[in-house]
Amino acid sequence: MSKTTSVNLRGNSIKVDFLARVEGEGGLHIKMKGKNVSDVKLVIFEPPRFFEAFLRGRKYTEAPDITARICGICPIAYQMSAIHAMENALGVKIDGMLRSLRRLLYCGEWIESHVLHVYMLHAPDFLGYQDVIRLAKDYPDVVQRALQLKKIGNEIVTLLGGREIHPINARVGGFYKVPSKRDLQPLAERLKWAQEAAIETVRLVAKFTFPEFERDYEFVALRHPDEYPFNEGRLVSNKGLDIPVSEYDNHFIEEHVPYSNALHSVLRQRGAYHVGPLARYSLNFDRLSPLAKESAKEAELGPTCNNPFKSIIVRSVETVYACEEALRIIELYEPPDRPSVAVEPHAGTGYACTEAPRGILYHRYHIDDKGIILDAKIVPPTSQNQKTIEQDLREFVSKRMNLPHDQLTWQCEQAVRNYDPCISCATHFLKLTVEKD
Amino acid sequence: MAQSEILNPQSSILIIGIGNVFRGDDGVGILTARKIRERKLSGIQTIEESGEGTSLIDAWKDRGTVIIIDAVSSGTKPGTIHSFDAAAQQIPTRFFHYSTHAFSLAEAIELARVLNRLPERLFVYGIEGKNFDAGSGLSPEVKKAGNEVLTRILREHLTPA
Repeated sequence: MSKTTSVNLRGNSIKVDFLARVEGEGGLHIKMKGKNVSDVKLVIFEPPRFFEAFLRGRKYTEAPDITARICGICPIAYQMSAIHAMENALGVKIDGMLRSLRRLLYCGEWIESHVLHVYMLHAPDFLGYQDVIRLAKDYPDVVQRALQLKKIGNEIVTLLGGREIHPINARVGGFYKVPSKRDLQPLAERLKWAQEAAIETVRLVAKFTFPEFERDYEFVALRHPDEYPFNEGRLVSNKGLDIPVSEYDNHFIEEHVPYSNALHSVLRQRGAYHVGPLARYSLNFDRLSPLAKESAKEAELGPTCNNPFKSIIVRSVETVYACEEALRIIELYEPPDRPSVAVEPHAGTGYACTEAPRGILYHRYHIDDKGIILDAKIVPPTSQNQKTIEQDLREFVSKRMNLPHDQLTWQCEQAVRNYDPCISCATHFLKLTVEKD
Repeated sequence: MAQSEILNPQSSILIIGIGNVFRGDDGVGILTARKIRERKLSGIQTIEESGEGTSLIDAWKDRGTVIIIDAVSSGTKPGTIHSFDAAAQQIPTRFFHYSTHAFSLAEAIELARVLNRLPERLFVYGIEGKNFDAGSGLSPEVKKAGNEVLTRILREHLTPA
């Protein structure tokens, strides 16, 4: 679906007032007074609010498949957060190959989502193309490689998820059906190619020119004792946060803002924070594989990164990691004895965060003794980053007030895209208003 | 979701329903495709897609005839049907530009044109929606238009010569 409100990018206003989208809608409004930015508002509308209400009264087993429909790009993240939250409520622990298969499924989603964003949306910004179609005219091989690389992510999701969009095979307790060793073998061959293609991607994006822009963010991500995080870990930050996910509600609050139906998520008494690739990478660099670390080093990326424009490099490094991790899991894979463990419903509350491509995705459910959902809370990464995006733009624009209007608009769009928000595609045509007093 | 019947990708017709049945009228493409599937016509395969462009390029790879049904919001009257022969003409981006999360139908078609990855024949039916809010169910005029697209597809593409 689409909305076609007329776009006026001329004059003294940058207006992004309506970005109609299937997965989210939004707009961006920047107001300037003299040489200062007086206001920045990023408006997004969030489907999760509808789903929270829709889930009440449903069975605990339905949450993964229902929430998977919130987003066409990261259904696995929604599914995984729902499953882990229900398992947390019911005291179920998944380990061994079933756990590995979940990581493999997440690798698939990261590959497809990251490759889509890096090549189709963000790279054209850096290379001075209006969109990937124009980029493809000059660099067809690069775009063909991107499509092939992304497809491998899709194939993993289709194989394990049961289908590519709105996957249905993962369940509370495991999977409905698990693959044989033979099912996974063809993927291994293709992942070897993908790993090389991902390394080439890092090399390509590392050559881009990046605006000089760094901020002292509070990064928040999962941290696991042994692994680069996908499904599990404690919630940590570079400013002292270190909590189990079950304490999320004690530390993070959601604030209503008058101009948006999305709630702004903030850290209690500290304010905005930053989730997503930059946060994950900076808090978990030591958990990356040697190959991914090597790739980062070649791209001259240190163990932390505070320039959000360089998120395109970090996404590419994470793609290398996801390919390598997928390959490792497939090589060690032996089908588990059973596709799922038995789960008996009882009353309880469950919490989970998993690392969606865009950052932590929080789910919390209260269920009754029959497993009926009494209450659901879903906090997507985009709403957690929303305040940080606004702060980035405020600082970014204030140092670039003298740029020609079109160029400023372009750079604002690029700055929003650093976060790959759920309004990502629409921000390519950002109807942004910059009002100059 | 592929049907179990094994079809020749060149001679069979692929019908792609695009959208999200949880976003009001955005579900019309998928719901119309499902109605076609229910008819169990020989030589027809129907699939459902979110509308993410790169997946569409994969879906129509090596296909002879592809028919796409999607909802649009172009400012015309709800229920208006817009049809395009995409292999022959450029799709006005205003029809499908924000149609997905990231990289939409119109862009997928134009990118595939640049990369020489379009199917031989590609017909697109866009149905003007009215309500794209979260929730299920179609507006009456959109439902009616969905039925009309169904009739047109059956008459224009699926009737044996």
